[in-house]
Amino acid sequence: MFVRLVYESFRRQTRRKLLAGTAVTLGAAVATTMLALALSMGDKMSRELRSYGANLVVTPEEERLEVSLGSVDLTPAAAVYLNEDSLPRIKGIFWANNIVGFTPELLVKVSIEHQDVTMLGTYFAQPMRYGSKEFTSGARATFPWWKVYGDWPQDNSQDVLVGEKLAQQLSIGAEGRIMLNRQSHRVSGIIRTGDAQDGQIIAPLHLAQAVAGRPGAVQKIFVSALTKPEDEFARRNPDSLSPRDRDRWYCSPYAQSIAYQLQEAIPHSHAEQIRRIAQNEGQVLSRIEGLMMLITLAALLTSALAVSSAMATAMFERRAEVALMKALGAGYFALTSIFVVESVLLAIVGGLVGFAGGVLLANQFGSAIFDSKLTVEPVLLPVIVVVSIAVSVGGSAAAIRRAVKYDPVLALRGEA
Amino acid sequence: MSLTRRLAGPGMFMRLLTQAARLRRGQAVAAIAAVTVAAAAASAMLNLFTDVQAKLQGEFRKFGANVVVETRDGQSFAAHDLERINSVLRGRAVALPFAYVVARTKTEQPVVVSGTNLVMARQLNSWWAVSAWPEKPGEALVGVRAAKVLSPMPNRFTLLFQGHSVALSGRGTVQTGSEEDSRIYLSLEDFQSWTGLNPTVLEIFASGSEEKVSRLMRDLAEQFPSLDVRPVRQVREGEARVLGKTRSTLLFSATFIIATAALCVLATLTGWVFDRRHDFAIMKALGGSDELIARFVIAEASLLATVGALLGFAAGAALAAWIGRVNFHAAVSPHLGLLPPVVMGCLAVTLVATLFPLRLLQRIQPAMILRGE
Repeated sequence: MFVRLVYESFRRQTRRKLLAGTAVTLGAAVATTMLALALSMGDKMSRELRSYGANLVVTPEEERLEVSLGSVDLTPAAAVYLNEDSLPRIKGIFWANNIVGFTPELLVKVSIEHQDVTMLGTYFAQPMRYGSKEFTSGARATFPWWKVYGDWPQDNSQDVLVGEKLAQQLSIGAEGRIMLNRQSHRVSGIIRTGDAQDGQIIAPLHLAQAVAGRPGAVQKIFVSALTKPEDEFARRNPDSLSPRDRDRWYCSPYAQSIAYQLQEAIPHSHAEQIRRIAQNEGQVLSRIEGLMMLITLAALLTSALAVSSAMATAMFERRAEVALMKALGAGYFALTSIFVVESVLLAIVGGLVGFAGGVLLANQFGSAIFDSKLTVEPVLLPVIVVVSIAVSVGGSAAAIRRAVKYDPVLALRGEA
Repeated sequence: MSLTRRLAGPGMFMRLLTQAARLRRGQAVAAIAAVTVAAAAASAMLNLFTDVQAKLQGEFRKFGANVVVETRDGQSFAAHDLERINSVLRGRAVALPFAYVVARTKTEQPVVVSGTNLVMARQLNSWWAVSAWPEKPGEALVGVRAAKVLSPMPNRFTLLFQGHSVALSGRGTVQTGSEEDSRIYLSLEDFQSWTGLNPTVLEIFASGSEEKVSRLMRDLAEQFPSLDVRPVRQVREGEARVLGKTRSTLLFSATFIIATAALCVLATLTGWVFDRRHDFAIMKALGGSDELIARFVIAEASLLATVGALLGFAAGAALAAWIGRVNFHAAVSPHLGLLPPVVMGCLAVTLVATLFPLRLLQRIQPAMILRGE
């Protein structure tokens, strides 16, 4: 009899069930999408924040004073360099997957038309291999704001880029030629960075090494890595930690621990964070993440309230039905259980459909904004269904109680 | 007098309205609650959307200056130019001046020395890790790499520039992981009395949107054609990208949440109208015209929507303010300009939600409804 009552209620009151069901489904879809969004926001945003460029720098261990003003580098020639061969090892560190890119740098003085100009040797998009891993890295990934009018040079070519300001001075355009050390080089493009490079010549690393007469030499390596915002624990000195804490520190993607690992990977090197980028990105990230979390909370609250008000209205309409059942002798418990079971069924169906819809929406959204899908953790499914049930039953509870308490006589006469 | 006319009289109409609200209090409250929730969600999201960008832009300024002004020939600024630039910037941006020279230590080691406004640098360059900021004249801030070169006497040292020497005491060290580590910073006054040079670079922290910053750059370039005004591409492009993504995310969430809340209002109110088919059938049976009933429902729904929208706007503004305070430590102030659209939106949704089922009901004979079919 109980099953029949519930079944018939769904069969005969399709409209009401559909309305309440729509509300639950929408609520569940909002909850799924917003939770998926909030949970993956940190990950997506820290990737976007990499457009600020490198956040770590590796230099030779021996301290050296840089004397550079604008695009002019007066630093005395260094005696110690890093070795280019050790670069691919960066992809072998514990947090290798968090390394978005790295770019070596070698500054050399050259003379063009009797004028001292600094030449910057670097990788543009150099293919590399570490063990079985193949990857490319270079300035195009590490410094996304570098803009080239013309073409980027090939890393194995003799072509160069000329900084915007220098190009103006020398009146050279893309596709022109430039004499360096009595050798003519093709200018594949003009580069604009808004920084020192605008007055420099940017060349493939091997070319700068040849000009300097130092094969394999690298002065600095800029590393762009996905990091976790710094906290108190991150600032601890790993050598003073207990072995267990040290493991935890080592295995957290703090800028500090990645720098530590870079130092281990590259012999005789010193790695540290570029504080302007590393410190601020953590702050911006936690602000955006916090904002998303709070909005999600507000969205969950809103949809819970909206769903319970829809459920309450649906319940309210059924006073006459309740009255009839009561007049026929149904007890409090029997009545309540019928309506609770109905809301639970509605919530389960709505929750499942809403979850599926939410996953679709989250994916759509992820590819529209971040060019990659948002991952929806499967563990969200039971959570969403349980919350849907709680909200639907909770929303209708007050209405059920009132309906059950009505005097059936009044309700049947239509006076309630 | 026909019933229609009596029903249509202002007294009776008002009585119908008030009695409907009084006798069906439960339903009225549920319907208002639904509208309130939707209006609250909408106004919270809209308030946040208009304010959050400004708040985030404040955060992005911590990445450093977004505009740099230099003289074209690398010489220092004339004093009156600095004043004029500052008057253009007033209220729109803050400029941090830097003067640079390459000086030599007693051991003939070249080192870059910079004069700047240390008080402003302390505020603006929050990423500088400084052990102690200079406070008195003659005190310097020494980069961590420069400190090693000056040793064993980083506390008292002498610098030489074009035959002029200056004796300084190192008050603290600065570490940034970039070129600052190799430099020595003095107050602008100390720097000028030593070298006689004015600043050569102005790092400008311009606040506001992309367009505002561009306009500021245009103004500077027009008024000072001899100066080189350029954007810091790293900062501007990074900011544009991250801010753009955040905005899209917010806009998406806002649309989604508002749409859901509106649909739930639709579901609730449709149920509310259907539930009252008996009332309408009786009115019709007593001679009320379709138009009269429609007017009655419209009046009732508008009242409900307005009350719900006002309550919701207040709740939404409070929610947005709370989110602002928790996340940005600065309240998101309510934008009263958003009130009319929120009220209009609520009215629109409410009218659609009530008039559509009403039309369906009007096609049915009152007798059938009253018989319970």
